[in-house]
Amino acid sequence: MLAADLAALRAGLRVGMPVTKAQALVPGLIVQDADPLADAEGLERLALWALQRISPIVAADPPDGLVIDTTGADHLHGGEAAMLTGMVQRFAASGVEARAAIADSWGAAHACARFSRRLTLIIPPGESETALCDLPIAALRLDPGLVASLRTLGFERIGELVSQPRAPLALRFGPEIGRRLDQAMAIMAEPIDPIRAPDIVEVRRAFPEPIGAAETIARYVGKLVMALCEELERRGLGARRLDLLFQRVDNARQALRVGTALPVRDVRRLTRLLCDQIETVDPGFGIEVMTLAATLAEPLFAKQTISSLVEEPEADVSDLVDTLANRVGERSLYRFAPVASDVPERSVARVPALAPEDGSTWHGDWPRPPRLLPRPELIETMALLPDHPPVWFTWRGIRRRVRRADGPERLFEEWWKRDAELTAVRDYFRVEDDGGERYWIFRAGDGEDPETGSHRWYLHGLFG
Amino acid sequence: MPNPVVSSIAELRERVQRLEGAKGRARTVLPFGLPEVDSRLPGGGLALGCLHEVAGGGNGAVDGAAAALFAAGVAARTRGKVLWCVTRQDLFAPALAQAGLLPGRVIFVEAGDEKALLACMEEGLRHGGLGAVVAEVARLSMTASRRLQLAAEGSGTIGIAVRRWRRPTEVADFGQPTASVTRWRVSVLPSAPLPVPGVGRSRWLLELIRCRAGESADFEVEACDATGRIALPSEVADGSPQTEIGRRRASA
Repeated sequence: MLAADLAALRAGLRVGMPVTKAQALVPGLIVQDADPLADAEGLERLALWALQRISPIVAADPPDGLVIDTTGADHLHGGEAAMLTGMVQRFAASGVEARAAIADSWGAAHACARFSRRLTLIIPPGESETALCDLPIAALRLDPGLVASLRTLGFERIGELVSQPRAPLALRFGPEIGRRLDQAMAIMAEPIDPIRAPDIVEVRRAFPEPIGAAETIARYVGKLVMALCEELERRGLGARRLDLLFQRVDNARQALRVGTALPVRDVRRLTRLLCDQIETVDPGFGIEVMTLAATLAEPLFAKQTISSLVEEPEADVSDLVDTLANRVGERSLYRFAPVASDVPERSVARVPALAPEDGSTWHGDWPRPPRLLPRPELIETMALLPDHPPVWFTWRGIRRRVRRADGPERLFEEWWKRDAELTAVRDYFRVEDDGGERYWIFRAGDGEDPETGSHRWYLHGLFG
Repeated sequence: MPNPVVSSIAELRERVQRLEGAKGRARTVLPFGLPEVDSRLPGGGLALGCLHEVAGGGNGAVDGAAAALFAAGVAARTRGKVLWCVTRQDLFAPALAQAGLLPGRVIFVEAGDEKALLACMEEGLRHGGLGAVVAEVARLSMTASRRLQLAAEGSGTIGIAVRRWRRPTEVADFGQPTASVTRWRVSVLPSAPLPVPGVGRSRWLLELIRCRAGESADFEVEACDATGRIALPSEVADGSPQTEIGRRRASA
């Protein structure tokens, strides 16, 4: 047996078991021949998917893993933790059970992803060694024979191996163990050779003399973008995601990634987006090769704009949206769109900044407060039931007398969403205190039937 | 024969304007449509291509509700998309729509910190294709505001800094000088009295605290209507209350 998923492990099957034994344990077991070639192809496909979605430097880590350099890519996905969980969830949605870890080095991340108990794990910078010490030596990417002989000598954990003097180990087993340990501890560099899609639009420039100054890099970025745009134009494509890879003289790779909301083939815009991020690149001793690739490209055709002599067309802001999205992340740039829901916090949805507009808006004449509290806050009140506004209320320790009030505006919660909302009702009031400050408060429940809510009062928003 | 004093004042004005560097471009304004307010502002309205500051008074300095509505009302009367930069999002979009700023027009940016927020605002002001750029910001240094003012002058987009602080004790920061052209404070007042129980149209005390080439003033106004226009309460506005009510109905 070569592989076992969670269901197989629960049934008592283990990797390395003879097929006959497995068949004896689980009657009616379906056995499929291993197809390493197809596995490798599948892994390659996954790597391409990750390249387009997650980060510019991605490689397959056969037989069963992907290695991704996420430096400078995590903020576009809302931080490292959000990126990992999102990745694992998306894999799970497509039926792949994945585990992920982020660490300082390829070796440490490889070990933590495979041998830790948790689905996602983030090792803070500089703590790889403590995290690795408790893991078995099989996590070091050593030859199985080597692992077996180390076991014979009594080594079980990586920590025990680290504390041993290197020389006797090297004398007996060769340099492999020292190399793998150094790679895992990020003492020895281990560059990732990134995967490239076959039909990707890519331009490359090698420098006889390594370059390092920001202005020089910017100049060559301009030239590369020009070449890329010519190629894109020939194919009728526009770039949605651009990766700029720098290969340094010390064989380390750095990458920049920019995205656009709509396909773009404008040299000036793309150069601007890339040049905005040059300061994040560390040229080290110099850059030898620069590669610019349109990782994600979509068809872009010339289109005729309707010109009207009377009305000025509305200015195009998609370039501004791209600049800002690459700076603060795509998720931090949005518009609000109306949702047909009476519950105030559900009546707005965030849509991408350049989503098509339909001119719709919220219906109803009841005034709405410009500031909505993240969740309604409990207030103390004195009010006549069932349908009078409070005489006074206390919010955040300050008691306010209600001078004027409007309401109730009765909102029924959405019975089709949750059982708890089957009969729930909110009665909203707009109240004004002595000083003229206006608040949006509601009572959970209709004031008569305890089924409809707790009859406690909450403050939900602030009017101007 | 022209009065020598008048002509020398006109000449001085011209020189000051040259020194201020309007760069030969006629400065356009966005009038409020209220003669009482517009006459206090140089050029007869809020200058486009300039930075303006708005803060709330009292508790409004922290919640910034009235200030946001005032800014929305100004932004609603411009043409083109509006960029609204925040660090923490607690705006309720239906209220902006009720002030005339439809959801399709507003692009929100949620920046991680104030530095990134100011950079986003400057980027928006430099772009030139936007109608207005609004940012909710607590600290605004002289340097930062001058950058924003220059960016706005270059493109002609109106920039509104809604000053909003985390704690009431930080409000003293509003006294610090900035390069903005006008500075407003919007405080809530009891709403318009109605003949029946209920809350009438909101009223604000609109204080023009600072105004370049103008004098400060304060007005009692009624809050933005569905097209983003503020109004004067009927007992202040010209004419009898009766005609005022008729006019309001016609505009509703």
